[in-house]
Amino acid sequence: MRKILDLYQTTIGKKLVMASTGVVLLLFVLGHMFGNLKIFYGEEKFNHYAEWLRVMGAPLLGPTQGLWLARLVLLGCVLLHMFTALQLTILSYQAREVGYQKQHRITFSYASTTMRWGGVVILAFVIFHLLHLTFGSVHPKFVAGSVYANVINGFKVWPVAVGYLVAQAALGFHLYHGVWSGLQTFGIAGDRRQGDWRRPLSVVTALIVVVGYSALPISVMAGWLK
Amino acid sequence: MLINLTLHVWRQKGPKDNGRFVTYPALQINTHMSFLEMLDVVNEQLMEKGEEPIAFEHDCREGICGSCGVMINGLPHGPNPMTATCQLHMRYFKDGDEIWIEPWRAKAFPVLRDLVVDRSAFDRIIQSGGFISANTGNAPEANAMPIPKQIADRSMDAAVCIGCGACVAACPNASAMLFTSAKVTHLGLLPQGQPERYERVQRMIARMDQEGFGNCSNHGSCEAACPVGIKVDFIARLNRDLLKAKLCGAGTPSAV
Amino acid sequence: MELNAKIPGGSIQEKWDRYRFDLKLVNAANKRKYSVIMVGTGLAGASGAASLAELGYQVYCYSYHDSPRRAHSIAAQGGINAAKNYQNDGDSIYRLFYDTVKGGDFRAREANVYRLSQISLNIIDQCVAQGVPFAREYSGYLSNRSFGGAQVSRTFYARGQTGQQLLLGAYQALARQIGLGTVQMFPRTEMLDMILVNGRARGIVTRNLVTGEVRSHLADAVVLATGGYSNVFYLSTNAKACNTTAIWRAYRRGAGFANPCYTQIHPTCIPQSGDYQSKLTLMSESLRNDGRIWVPKQPGDTRTPPQIPESERDYYLERIYPSYGNLSPRDIASRRAKEAVDQGRGVGEMKNGVYLDFAEALKRLGNTVIGERYGNLFEMYERITGENPYEVPMRIYPAPHYTMGGLWVDYNLMSTIPGLYVIGEANFSDHGANRLGASALMQGLADGYFILPYTIGDYLAQGKFERIDSGHAEVRAVEDETRQRYQKLLSINGKRTVDSLHRELGKIVWDYCGMGRNDAGLKKALEQIPKLRDEFWHNVRVPGSGDSLNQALEKAGRVADFFEMAELLCRDALAREESCGGHFREESQTEDGEARRDDARFAHAAVWEFTGVDKAPTRHVEPLNFEYVKPATRSYK
Repeated sequence: MRKILDLYQTTIGKKLVMASTGVVLLLFVLGHMFGNLKIFYGEEKFNHYAEWLRVMGAPLLGPTQGLWLARLVLLGCVLLHMFTALQLTILSYQAREVGYQKQHRITFSYASTTMRWGGVVILAFVIFHLLHLTFGSVHPKFVAGSVYANVINGFKVWPVAVGYLVAQAALGFHLYHGVWSGLQTFGIAGDRRQGDWRRPLSVVTALIVVVGYSALPISVMAGWLK
Repeated sequence: MLINLTLHVWRQKGPKDNGRFVTYPALQINTHMSFLEMLDVVNEQLMEKGEEPIAFEHDCREGICGSCGVMINGLPHGPNPMTATCQLHMRYFKDGDEIWIEPWRAKAFPVLRDLVVDRSAFDRIIQSGGFISANTGNAPEANAMPIPKQIADRSMDAAVCIGCGACVAACPNASAMLFTSAKVTHLGLLPQGQPERYERVQRMIARMDQEGFGNCSNHGSCEAACPVGIKVDFIARLNRDLLKAKLCGAGTPSAV
Repeated sequence: MELNAKIPGGSIQEKWDRYRFDLKLVNAANKRKYSVIMVGTGLAGASGAASLAELGYQVYCYSYHDSPRRAHSIAAQGGINAAKNYQNDGDSIYRLFYDTVKGGDFRAREANVYRLSQISLNIIDQCVAQGVPFAREYSGYLSNRSFGGAQVSRTFYARGQTGQQLLLGAYQALARQIGLGTVQMFPRTEMLDMILVNGRARGIVTRNLVTGEVRSHLADAVVLATGGYSNVFYLSTNAKACNTTAIWRAYRRGAGFANPCYTQIHPTCIPQSGDYQSKLTLMSESLRNDGRIWVPKQPGDTRTPPQIPESERDYYLERIYPSYGNLSPRDIASRRAKEAVDQGRGVGEMKNGVYLDFAEALKRLGNTVIGERYGNLFEMYERITGENPYEVPMRIYPAPHYTMGGLWVDYNLMSTIPGLYVIGEANFSDHGANRLGASALMQGLADGYFILPYTIGDYLAQGKFERIDSGHAEVRAVEDETRQRYQKLLSINGKRTVDSLHRELGKIVWDYCGMGRNDAGLKKALEQIPKLRDEFWHNVRVPGSGDSLNQALEKAGRVADFFEMAELLCRDALAREESCGGHFREESQTEDGEARRDDARFAHAAVWEFTGVDKAPTRHVEPLNFEYVKPATRSYK
């Protein structure tokens, strides 16, 4: 623990927290996506999967214990990711008190400059998403336990679907830079003289996530899912 | 060819002065001139009028000493890649162009006057560990230890850093990671640099943070701005060395 | 002025070893009680300061740059010589010694040169241990190339940036000592004068370039490592700030100035492109391996290169020197280029260059091979001139580059002022009248790492140093004098800028004391320089104040000293009525225009003693004896 705190004192240590929590969150994003795609197998299988989420870990864990454990871990990671990002942002502003009159963007990618506000967009989406499909408080036709119906009815409201797609785009950008950046922070370097594999990996990750998630609202709006 | 330009130059009397942009015409500029020669001409004219010349740092004017460096229209060292300010020539500008000239901006690089900033923070990073502790006379025969050519070449890729500070100037976070990683990589790749490798990276990072440089968000602006082509891959290497040192105790007896 | 070179006895191979044994040592525990001032942080200064601090002395180190790493040693491209004989091609300490004495046209001290050759081996070892990434073979062993007309491969290099890498090595060693607190570093601090107490060098007066504060710094000994004075020509390959002030002020305080007329002109620089030109850029001499040098046969030919048929081109070096051709030594290549331009056969917009043409090599070897060899140089050339050397011939012209002259030092590297040591290019050094390629880095590091640390101990061990402080009368007198000088510069408030006067001075020196020198021209220069100096002191305009960062004021102080220095340069050139190395007197040449040495009258170092600004200095001589390398005439035909 002392070692970790010692490391956290450095800016690189803070970046490492960003990267590590990012990995956990990315794994969740991927898992959640694969779960979502079950919707294409039909209502019964999808609801069955949703029910399993509530009882996973049985018989070692009681009902919803596994779910809450996962939620706690995720919440912890989100908070750490946000808190550290805030700290790093403050440090960045402090490192340049007087800005430039003119400054050209010469970063590798546009995505890297969207990390901060992109993160905020994702956060706002996650809150809405929880209220919408987990707690149902902003879902006019929410029926507890009818997961399939809730999703279909939810996305039939087009502003919700569009907002969902916008959030996926933000997440795609976030991952496009985040995956590459995280590998860089972990010290995993590609040899760019022979073609850096990290960039293709981040493109593929971002694409999978964006396509995987967007499939739902698009299918609902197009009427493929009923 | 002769061109006419309008310059907006940051003028600041001293570290405590607030500073402001002042507009000067630069007329009849020969396009064979270097950017600094253009400033020389403007300065000569200012001095003939009894005004104080624009202070800017420069020395070798061959792109190797690292003294020069200003923000030109929002780009460190100007629009030509892999070129220090002194090697930028006026043929990259058009007649009628407006040019904004600003000093490097970073808390760790306070402005001393006009375009001159204090980069001694870089020196202090080196003093904290950017060396191999080989006293004069310690050395064994030079060829006693063969070093694979690829390793020596890679080390040289990092060693060419001229310490100009463009990486810090370009970085949205004013981070000095590219500079620091270049030195860590240069010495850390060589067998001679191994004994102090992990101690070195920890000390240099501590100093870098202490100087008030920002963190690295892996934007890559530093690499794009670097006049000698230092790559951000070295930053990954630095991160790896730091993690090994801090988490795995690399370089300490317990790791053996 | 007494000139005792203190060359030790014994055979040349034994001198340095025996001498080191004879040197007095300072007890390890006592070293911290002695303090040394080091002015300059180039190869010599940084290596010297670090090495002295490692031994335990208290070191105060000064640089006018923002960081020690900016010193102009950083710009050296080619490499560093060492007699390692790694190539098994017959190199040896003796051969490096022989080549250096001969290359210096028999105007260097044999004992010093031999010591330099011996130490060259340790330098490479030391640099490798510090992490200098020298070029290597696939075997992992160090790579060498041949350089500057040497018949063996003894040059170690790090791409085209050897000076940078060696300086960073020395800088890092210095940074380590600064971090440890054994060296106190004063960046952005310029030395403006010397302080002598009871005839010994005890301190310097400096100006803080940021705050303008003028103050004294005192110690037990002073070392100058402040480089050469090529900027007396205004246009040279030296960095803009390189100046003569430190050694000039020491000269004015009594240090002998030796052989100022030995200046080296480098044959392959990019010609001036206009009046605004601020400095000249050197292109590595290696280009001459594949490039052919030519000018049109007809003066005033304005055709572009492809329009000029082979029959109307004059490949003058190949014509005059069939065996060495385009690889003739630096001084010869330079002089012949000047001759062509003077005849009106120069090329380029300003008719001030000669062609260095790769067309034939490109045809023979192809763009890829030429690109591998010279790609980065071609890029650099194109960046500066906007012309692509793959398509049009390069234009080159000689430019001042290095000065072999400097403050006279004995075998200990001590000047004629006790306690004042001078190392690197600042001393009159081991290169004689001409320096061989890749030898400057060797000499700077030899002085700093391996000679000064021993010899200065001998001086410190013998001396009893009275305590002095900044209240001492001598100290205050020099401080006040300095303040007045800078106040005077600010108060003239005339009409001309410092640069315009410096340019004019440079032109006089270049025209009359550049590549070719003659009696009438030198006398003319000696008339014009004092007049221009007078104008400087009455009509210069230095805006701003002395109590802040004022680059115009910095320059003014340096140029003021160049005005005095230029006169000495011409005076020395006038007195040396022979041609040797970098000094070519038109009166002293053979029938085919080659340099003619006059060993009977001039086999000596000329050492000048200051007697007053408007008074003629006194010329002393240190005779040079050649026991091992017998003087002979160079021939490159």
